[in-house]
Amino acid sequence: MKIGVLALQGDFALHEKALARCDVASVEVRKPEELADVDGLIIPGGESTTLLHLMEEWAFVPALEKFHAAGKPIFGTCAGLIVLARDVERPRQFSFGFIDVGVERNAYGRQRESFEAPGLAVLDGKPTPIDMIFIRAPRIRRVGAGVETLATYQEEPVLARQGSVLVGTFHPELTDNPAVHRYFCGMVLRAAGRPGAGALPSEASR
Amino acid sequence: MTELNGLRIADRKHIGLAEMLKGGVIMDVTNAEQAKIAEEAGAAAVMALERVPADIRKEGGVARMASVKKIKEIQATVTIPVMAKCRIGHFVEAQILESLAVDFIDESEVLTPADEHFHVDKFAFRVPFVCGARDLGEALRRIGEGAAMIRTKGEAGSGNIVEAVRHMRALTSGIRRLTTLAPEELMTEAKNLGAPYELVGSVRKHGRLPVPNFSAGGIATPADAALMMQLGAEAVFVGSGIFKSSDPPKRAKAIVQATTHYKDPDVLARVSEELGEAMVGLETSKLTKEELLQTRGW
Repeated sequence: MKIGVLALQGDFALHEKALARCDVASVEVRKPEELADVDGLIIPGGESTTLLHLMEEWAFVPALEKFHAAGKPIFGTCAGLIVLARDVERPRQFSFGFIDVGVERNAYGRQRESFEAPGLAVLDGKPTPIDMIFIRAPRIRRVGAGVETLATYQEEPVLARQGSVLVGTFHPELTDNPAVHRYFCGMVLRAAGRPGAGALPSEASR
Repeated sequence: MTELNGLRIADRKHIGLAEMLKGGVIMDVTNAEQAKIAEEAGAAAVMALERVPADIRKEGGVARMASVKKIKEIQATVTIPVMAKCRIGHFVEAQILESLAVDFIDESEVLTPADEHFHVDKFAFRVPFVCGARDLGEALRRIGEGAAMIRTKGEAGSGNIVEAVRHMRALTSGIRRLTTLAPEELMTEAKNLGAPYELVGSVRKHGRLPVPNFSAGGIATPADAALMMQLGAEAVFVGSGIFKSSDPPKRAKAIVQATTHYKDPDVLARVSEELGEAMVGLETSKLTKEELLQTRGW
């Protein structure tokens, strides 16, 4: 199993480190054809406008749509969430719409208003402590019916999942706690282990 | 509060913002119109200032923090982070920038220093700071004062990459050297570098600075940006190089592409085609001591 980290701009190197903590191989993805070799993809934090410009330049839109349609899991943090959401406010901008949430960009304010908070996520049915660092973070303002909320901050969803898509408004990759990445690796492993997905290890043989 | 070997360093949410800017281009802008061009070209952040370094060099006079009105106009125009420069040691300019909620303060040698002995105490602020450095000792002193990001200085407004290369190589070879030291050598090394012992120990152990390290001062072409990335920069600042060129939107976009695809010569060749004229460069070895910006700060 190999997980790609979109390395156009942002804190992709920290996601690679987080995956290494989970003993999962990762590879940097800078061109759409590199998606062919990976079982899941992380879209890191960074600037969503920068990410969108670079994705557009390299025709990532059709490639990612195909990747998602094939059921391969995608995890987006912060800017990654913004590009994956159904709709984006302040300002309105293009997004893939792979998860039925509405997000507002920079919704807590500028960097002066960035903050940390302890949190509790429910991962695979188990309450799991997590450290949440919000940096010029977006807020999830609307959650569609098919979306499962995995963690909240002040009663608002901050970690959510719909099928093969996981999103967070905070940055687990900035902490030493690998819980959220481990959960995503589990999603990828299960998706890759489905019948017809090729000779990848099943979860039992892990 | 974030600590490293028992020494306070910048908060991890602030170092985290620097992490988010990695692989990106931070562009100097002097007004809202330029900021919009930068954002549309894919800049990861903009740096608001009154005059670009090449003009500061040409026109002379005291260079100060940008006007509050200009900073507000730029903040109202773009959604990417807005940084602004304060003079070295001018903590009141920094207080004003904090009040405006700029996302990063650059305590910068490009402006005329306000204090010849002391830099700003960066722990006193709720916004992060980036500071310039020419070598490892200077970088660690700034981190010890609370900088959340380091940028090698280069020679701002010169359009000549040679100083940026010199400083990046000095920093990376300084880091490499530390990793080879025996424990008993560390205190002497800290003394020689003029750097906090705890940070010297951290660099020896991890083989890198505890905060991101970007490159600045002289980047004028996509190839310059990719050169600095291949030499170990984690992102680049481009000052005069964009808005002093003949086609700023095109050059800005090309430098963004080159910073992402810095290891791919085919992409670099493609984005370097038909860029128009680069800014006119200066022979930095011919600059007098008074004309050098990099020697400001210590």
